[in-house]
Amino acid sequence: MAEVITISPLTRIEGHASIEIQLDDQGEVRDSKVHIMSLRGFEKFIEGKPAEEVPRIVNRICGICPWHHHLAANKAVDLCFQASPPPVGQKLRELMHTIAHAEDKLLHFFFLAAADFVLGPDADYQARNLIGVAKANPELARKVVRMRSKAKMLLERFAGKAIHPVAAVTGGFAKPLSEDDRQEMLKEMREILDFALFTMDFAKNQLFPQYLETIQSLGLITTGFIGTVGSRGELNLYDGNIRLMKPDGSCHEFDAQDYADHLGEHVEPYSYAKFPYARSWGEGFSLDLDQPRGIYRSNCLARLNVAESIQTPRAQDELQEFRERFGRPAQATLLYHWARLIEEIYACEHAIEFLEDPEITNPEVRRAAEPKAGRGVGCLEAPRGTLIHDYSTDENGLITRANMIVGTTHNIGPMNLSVRQAAQSLIKAGDVDEAVLNTIEMAVRAYDP
Amino acid sequence: MAVRVAEEWLNACSGCEISLVDMGERLLELLEQLELVHMPVLMDHKYFGQLGDRDHLEIPEAQVGILTGGIRNAEHLEVAREMRRKCDTLIAMGTCATHGGIPALANSFSTRELLDRYYSTETTDRPENIPDQGVPEQLERCYALEEKVPVDLSLPGCPPHPDTLYAALMGLVLRSLPELPGKSVCDACPTHREGKGALRRLRRFLQNPQYESSEPLDRMRCFLEQGLLCLGPVTRAGCGGEQKTPRCISARVPCRGCFGPVKPQGNQMLDMLNGLASNQIDIGSLPEHTSLLRFSGAHGLLRSPSADEEDPWQK
Repeated sequence: MAEVITISPLTRIEGHASIEIQLDDQGEVRDSKVHIMSLRGFEKFIEGKPAEEVPRIVNRICGICPWHHHLAANKAVDLCFQASPPPVGQKLRELMHTIAHAEDKLLHFFFLAAADFVLGPDADYQARNLIGVAKANPELARKVVRMRSKAKMLLERFAGKAIHPVAAVTGGFAKPLSEDDRQEMLKEMREILDFALFTMDFAKNQLFPQYLETIQSLGLITTGFIGTVGSRGELNLYDGNIRLMKPDGSCHEFDAQDYADHLGEHVEPYSYAKFPYARSWGEGFSLDLDQPRGIYRSNCLARLNVAESIQTPRAQDELQEFRERFGRPAQATLLYHWARLIEEIYACEHAIEFLEDPEITNPEVRRAAEPKAGRGVGCLEAPRGTLIHDYSTDENGLITRANMIVGTTHNIGPMNLSVRQAAQSLIKAGDVDEAVLNTIEMAVRAYDP
Repeated sequence: MAVRVAEEWLNACSGCEISLVDMGERLLELLEQLELVHMPVLMDHKYFGQLGDRDHLEIPEAQVGILTGGIRNAEHLEVAREMRRKCDTLIAMGTCATHGGIPALANSFSTRELLDRYYSTETTDRPENIPDQGVPEQLERCYALEEKVPVDLSLPGCPPHPDTLYAALMGLVLRSLPELPGKSVCDACPTHREGKGALRRLRRFLQNPQYESSEPLDRMRCFLEQGLLCLGPVTRAGCGGEQKTPRCISARVPCRGCFGPVKPQGNQMLDMLNGLASNQIDIGSLPEHTSLLRFSGAHGLLRSPSADEEDPWQK
């Protein structure tokens, strides 16, 4: 009865993917693959375009994290043109980046993942979604959509567009923040922080405890981690060195401009998306479940693992508690959800720090730039991981060459491993039901691809 | 009775779906009126049955089908056709679905060139073959939806504003298709114009326009009159939602055309170049022209010099 099970499409994730599970004659899992189905070719089609236009083209790589593509691209173009944004131009960019992080984590946790915890992995598929959550807990649902929309509209009111933004520009930012806007944003971000703290408590006390065993075992693999850290090794979502941690916890750091010396991208015949791996570990690439090689993970759990600390007080308290419970590095895949809520608190606290400083309303937001031949690597932490945009320009400032490593792709190898681990432990003697298949999908959903 | 709705994303980024969930509490109100039967971003209905054991792709019947994204590969085509078969009314949502959108910029290159570049970047271990196991075959270019299946309603926007989506979907609940205005972004733009000047060349957007940040937008002079390229004249209005003010303009940034042409069949590049030339502005002062079609390169408007339409890359 050798057979193939196809989970397609993967749902409550962003993008197009499917899982293929192959069973042998005894109904045991022989192999599994995560297929990533789409390829659009941004690396090629931005060639020949004026570099200053590219940050408002490549944001379309992702409608969930367009701010991060927009800003990484702006960093790269600034370097190509040797443009240096004034301090407040930089701060406004980072403020937008930070608020976008806060909004994204609410989206993922509540809109995409929460149904598995609130209603359970085995709930009827027709109810196992946001609408089902809204029926089970209408008051919570109302609060969630209000808070998330608040964060989004805050971006839109100031920066024009929240999805596919345009307000960061070569040499800085397109408009200053007024004092009224600052006060309004500050008030709203404080409300969102309160909600983030409520969410952390709610998840820790009411959602996670009943799934602790699943959390510690589902999709469990042992890998390295990647993230960006500041000069003291602290979590930094916007700027700093890239830190790669081996599975044993040892780390090395490098400047983002040198990324190609440290990271490689492997190609498998069953996925259009490439599989980044740690080239500088010198062990090659392998998705052998017992002995993976070159495999590290990105996104929130990875960032918390590589960071020494978090600079804001409430997130730091949570990180400390997290480490006491799960160690460092924490490897359990479902802990991504926990880590995400800690980062949510950090993002809110950090946005408030920016907004509490009246200097952020300084009107000098942009310096004029000139097209130039050059090269620049723009790097930051997108919600799903370390995001790298690397461009070269000619003397007219047109793009001649581009390479990008997108946050989600770091986790494609690990997702394949987690799915195989989950399938092998959940499918025995060919016994498969809907709850089993959804639980396997939860191993992907944790990565928030 | 709730309206049965199926939703799918094709060659898209998810921005349209996120715009939908950005409507705040109105979303919950709307969801009470709709019965979602298929929508990968929010719910778990599967193509091949919930146990993954059926051999053909199936989407349930629905009164309204919503598709975002253009068509780039064989799976997109299969899903679009299945949606057309199963849905009474089919809506193309977002500019990728109506005009190809940003991904149709790829149409200036052959599929082979795209793949060759993607699999040969400096960090890539070059494979012997392009991936071909369990992944859908790429078509020769990126198509707007209506090039492959009949569409009943087009809602452009990159993405459409949550206000617009709410109004359109509530309209469907009330069983009426909304009418969209056929105006340009300029008609909705508050910046002021002083009439023709001596402008002969355009500058690149490498410094901000002149404006007083304490003053409202209507005290700022039109981008084009300040010598900065703005695609407002050749772009359909509607991006601002209930506020009406075009969204990029409200960030003091010129329009780049994300709602597609004013008339659905228009050509934003030709219309813009004609408009500039007839105002004696040197179109040679633009660094290149392709990106004037960055949102509307489907329908054969952007073509690759090296792509052989009869001979897709696989053969």
